[in-house]
Amino acid sequence: MSLAFEGVSYTYHTPAGETEAVRGLTFEVRDGQFVSLIGPSGCGKSTILSLAAGLIPPSQGKVKRGGGHFGYMLQTDALFPWRTVEQNIFLPLEIKRRNTRGMRENALALAEKYGLKDFLKKTPQQLSGGMRQRVALIRTLAAQPDTLLLDEPFSALDYQTRLAVCDDVHAIIKSERKTALLVTHDISEAIALSDRVIALSARPAAVVGEHDVTFGDGSPKSRRASGEFAAMFETLRGELGI
Amino acid sequence: MHAVRAAILIALAGLWELFARTGVFDPFITSSPSRVAATIADLAAAGTLFYHIGVTLMETVLGFAIAVAAGYLIAVLLWLNESARSVFEPYIVVLNALPKIALGPLIIIWMGTGYTAIVFMTVLISVIVCIMNMLAGFVAVDKTKLLLMRSMGAGKAAILSKLVIPASLPAFMNTLKVAVGLAWIGSIMGEYIVSRAGLGYLIVYGGQVFRLDLVMAATFILLVLAGGMYALVALTERLVVGKNRQ
Ligand SMILES: Nc1ncnc2c1ncn2[C@@H]1O[C@H](COP(=O)(O)OP(=O)(O)OP(=O)(O)O)[C@@H](O)[C@H]1O
Ligand SMILES: [Mg+2]
Repeated sequence: MSLAFEGVSYTYHTPAGETEAVRGLTFEVRDGQFVSLIGPSGCGKSTILSLAAGLIPPSQGKVKRGGGHFGYMLQTDALFPWRTVEQNIFLPLEIKRRNTRGMRENALALAEKYGLKDFLKKTPQQLSGGMRQRVALIRTLAAQPDTLLLDEPFSALDYQTRLAVCDDVHAIIKSERKTALLVTHDISEAIALSDRVIALSARPAAVVGEHDVTFGDGSPKSRRASGEFAAMFETLRGELGI
Repeated sequence: MHAVRAAILIALAGLWELFARTGVFDPFITSSPSRVAATIADLAAAGTLFYHIGVTLMETVLGFAIAVAAGYLIAVLLWLNESARSVFEPYIVVLNALPKIALGPLIIIWMGTGYTAIVFMTVLISVIVCIMNMLAGFVAVDKTKLLLMRSMGAGKAAILSKLVIPASLPAFMNTLKVAVGLAWIGSIMGEYIVSRAGLGYLIVYGGQVFRLDLVMAATFILLVLAGGMYALVALTERLVVGKNRQ
């Protein structure tokens, strides 16, 4: 078992007051599973990922984290402007002391695949929003984490790039048997990519619907082409109240 | 732009000279550009000019370097240890509010009347601002970047070296600029209180024996040196911080 939330609640305490972001959340992401969270803006999705990453302790309940490395792609790219694209990508390798030639070459291969080859020596300020997001994604993948926490990783990409990067990320995650927890506001993306889709209520986030996606051959393309796609889309829309 | 600035300077100097020569100003009290130039030439010929400049420059640069290094180090320690930070912050604020010149007599008693006392005065005047500036720079580091570092499993040492120090480079350069100005205040003030040499000494001595040419000459040299040192720091800032920032 890779990741499990058991009755998790989280409240932010600030001088301005208290914000209950998550309430009584229970779900599970098994090893090698791809799970998506969809929910309205501000409902507490990023908070759930921070809890999953172990960056904040739950106010109530339990977050069970199995072994292995976690890779967390934050909602903002958080690239360091004083480092080149290449140095940004290598950052997790330096920190995790896995800065070997093999790891670096693997990361550079990803950068090349995502069209960043000619930008490796540039600084993040010289990149477009979509390119910056790809750099952040590669930085997350660079240390070859076992579990990926992805917070709207494709939001800054144009539609075509988005479809392509989605397919690629899905392929990487599946071929390397990684576990993934994805936050997105795009219902069709969630259905196309995931083994399970979890719909969340407005703040404080709680589960309002949970669906295993079993149709298609597992690839995002076959999912989108399937007749069951539209039905699940409508079900999720109903649960999200949109 | 530069031409206009230069023209204003030349015009003012010209008027000053003119008024002093025609007797509108009493040159005994106001001196004049030509008399200042002559005084500087005399000092240079007597071989004392560079001695006095050297003394003041040494005190200032040494005090500046010690203040910046100590200030940076203390700020790092306070950043590393949050409880120490909350304990010491009020002390720092109060020390910052204290006019350090009030400590002059104490410093003389503790340190004697040599260069050490003046360097100490210089350090004392600049170090608190260095601590406060750097700490503010450290604390202002983007929260999401901190979150990112923590999510990668970075400890305090890695967060410090890979994020906080590079991210606060602009704050550091700004600290250098502020500290340069304060260091000059510290060294000259120190020389006013205790000294046998230096530009501050020349100014005080010139005032006591009513040689306004000497006062003006020393002040002019001080202006050039302080301006030059500031320009040096500003240039370093442009080279270091440069375009690698948003
Ligand atoms: N550090 C914080 N301190 C105080 N309140 C916070 C903090 N972070 C988030 N919140 C609040 O908690 C709630 C949930 O925030 P969160 O970022 O988890 O939502 P989200 O679902 O990711 O939103 P979005 O869709 O806009 O990304 C919001 O009301 C937000 O204002
Ligand atoms: Mg969010």
